Amino acid sequence: MDLLRFITCGSVDDGKSTLIGRLLYDSESVSLDVLAALEKRQASGGVVDLALLTDGLRAEREQGITIDVAYKYFTTPRRKFIITDAPGHVQYTRNMVTGASNADLAIVLVDARQGVIEQTRRHTLIAALLGIRHFVLAVNKMDLVNYDEAVFAQIATDYAELTNHFHLPAATAIPLSALQGDNVVKPSQHLPWYTGPSLLQHLESVPGAQETEAAPRFQVQYVIRPQTPELPDYRGYAGQILSGQYRRGQRVRVLPSGLESEIEAIEVNQQEVETASAPQAVVIRLRDDVDVSRGDALVPAGPEEPILTRELEATLCWMSEQPLWPGRKLLVQHHSALSKAAVSAILYKVNVQTFARVHTEQAQLNDIVRVRLKTALPLAVDNYADNRTTGSFILVDELTGDTLAAGLVEAANSEYFTPPMQPPVAFSI
Amino acid sequence: MSTTFDYLDRLEAEAIHILREVAGQFERPALLFSGGKDSIVLTRLAEKAFRPGRFPFPLVHVDTGHNFPEVLQYRDELAAQLGEKLIVRKVEDTIKRQSLREPGGKYPSRNPLQTYTLLEVIEEFEFDACIGGARRDEEKARAKERIFSVRDEFGQWDPKRQRPELWNIYNGRIQKGENVRVFPISNWTELDVWRYIQRESIPLPDIYFGHERTCVVLPSGQLLGLSEHLQLDDEDEIVTRQVRFRTVGDSTCTAAVESDARTVEDIIQDLLLAKVSERGATRLDDNISEAGMEDRKRNGYF
Repeated sequence: MDLLRFITCGSVDDGKSTLIGRLLYDSESVSLDVLAALEKRQASGGVVDLALLTDGLRAEREQGITIDVAYKYFTTPRRKFIITDAPGHVQYTRNMVTGASNADLAIVLVDARQGVIEQTRRHTLIAALLGIRHFVLAVNKMDLVNYDEAVFAQIATDYAELTNHFHLPAATAIPLSALQGDNVVKPSQHLPWYTGPSLLQHLESVPGAQETEAAPRFQVQYVIRPQTPELPDYRGYAGQILSGQYRRGQRVRVLPSGLESEIEAIEVNQQEVETASAPQAVVIRLRDDVDVSRGDALVPAGPEEPILTRELEATLCWMSEQPLWPGRKLLVQHHSALSKAAVSAILYKVNVQTFARVHTEQAQLNDIVRVRLKTALPLAVDNYADNRTTGSFILVDELTGDTLAAGLVEAANSEYFTPPMQPPVAFSI
Repeated sequence: MSTTFDYLDRLEAEAIHILREVAGQFERPALLFSGGKDSIVLTRLAEKAFRPGRFPFPLVHVDTGHNFPEVLQYRDELAAQLGEKLIVRKVEDTIKRQSLREPGGKYPSRNPLQTYTLLEVIEEFEFDACIGGARRDEEKARAKERIFSVRDEFGQWDPKRQRPELWNIYNGRIQKGENVRVFPISNWTELDVWRYIQRESIPLPDIYFGHERTCVVLPSGQLLGLSEHLQLDDEDEIVTRQVRFRTVGDSTCTAAVESDARTVEDIIQDLLLAKVSERGATRLDDNISEAGMEDRKRNGYF
């Protein structure tokens, strides 16, 4: 049985919470006492409001909205699912980016009466930006359009135009009604014209994370040195294989130092193994006594090496209420590597409705901007398109420790750097 | 080539990664150990993360004085067998030192007072990170908490000021006085924990398995094991039943469930059929108000 992480995106009234509630309810993942607590809150009695299963915090209950990312779990005989529920309001791009960063699949929810709207575009583009490759277009509230096939077909066509236009992966369109339970878990007799899988059937069959297919990447999190009489010289580099596969005897280069050595042993739970692959947590021992510490990368020497750089171009999602100005000093955390850094230029802002580039002097909360970043220490990175793990980082406020931005490496080689965008020139007649 | 990992392998790898981030990012971390199955699983994960080295943190137990004796014995044996340092601090001592009022009532729970002792022990050893076995499936407020959860010097959680947690990057940078609560098995469910215990053949305290016990029947119908801490009167109905515990908190607020499950496999079968959530079945303190957990977390609880 494997694992699939997915995010649900939709605007406030698309019935997102109801859909999640329905998945949990129909897959029998809701326990009786939780249902009892919900029923107690149902002022008027009647049907249980499935949306209440996910609206967790008091402030949310009072306002009737979801304010933060929540995680829900359910298991079928085929898979364990982790649902990331991110709210759909315009001002919460930050939560959507956070949720999408860990997801293998995105469910984009639309109201059958409204079809593809601005928010749909926005959510799709953000999910695509964060590297999600599997999309489901869930056309909800089919009961309110009399389960009309033509309505569904039109929305699916509109959405396909959107994904084609932006060269995004094709979505699987599924008609359903979360409120009535049509086609969420069980196929529905109300949709005789639809012959595809129910939402859950589809979720059970999509391929999961495939981090073994990328180039081998490993970062040292912690150095194990028992220094006991039995193991006086043991030095093990503990970390998670971030992508690809490693094997005993492999030549590796330590970055940023550039020193080379050979993998003497790979240990998983103190057992030596011949090979190990992502996402396994391992301990690697090297044949030579080279200097290696937390944050260093061990990578195969040669053409598959990452880019070692002190300057890179990146897309940021700015998550702080203080705006970002060029020249801002901060910390970059590239998984276990940490360095001082500065945003040397803001190249442009990305309009998340259109992907158009807009000139900007500064980045505000929830802005998506392209920047150039200089780092004090060299980082071993990949482009985000090639590797979602080694191509990602966060920016941290050195004083408060707050996370300021999510960063995606776009170009880590000056040959490909984008020239800064000039302010628009005013025409005079 | 592509390799498919079982979901338990993925959850395990994630948890080990988180434990190693704690070791790499903090000066003085601690693992909060209750003797319950979740914290027992954490010690197994810590072995996988740090052996053949020592754990880079001590085990810390906040002893309410109302713990099950079987659990205390298990705790001491496990710490000895692991060869790791165990720090025990008693709620009893905090009550004396801070002149706190003992909770009254028929079934007095020291659960709310644990927070005081926890904050004291954090201050005493200047712990900057405390690892705990909380899971997001336990409760709605927990479903929204980060894996690295920053608390102020009063241990308070502010859900609106949480740091966004992106990819598998954990930001543990804090200011003086703040500390971080870390939850490596956030993404595990109760069933996942049991399946892992089964896969790893992890021994547990006996009270998790079906046994005969004399209990008080609560007005809710739940069963509470008889102990000297309860203030019983003539109206209480005392029964002897075949029971097991799904969680092992304070014995005065952790209810037993009727079960004759003898093995981990039996328990997994029980769970697959069970229709009541873990906290709902067994925790009396969460039922007090619907926002029970949210309030306690805001006040520094785990």
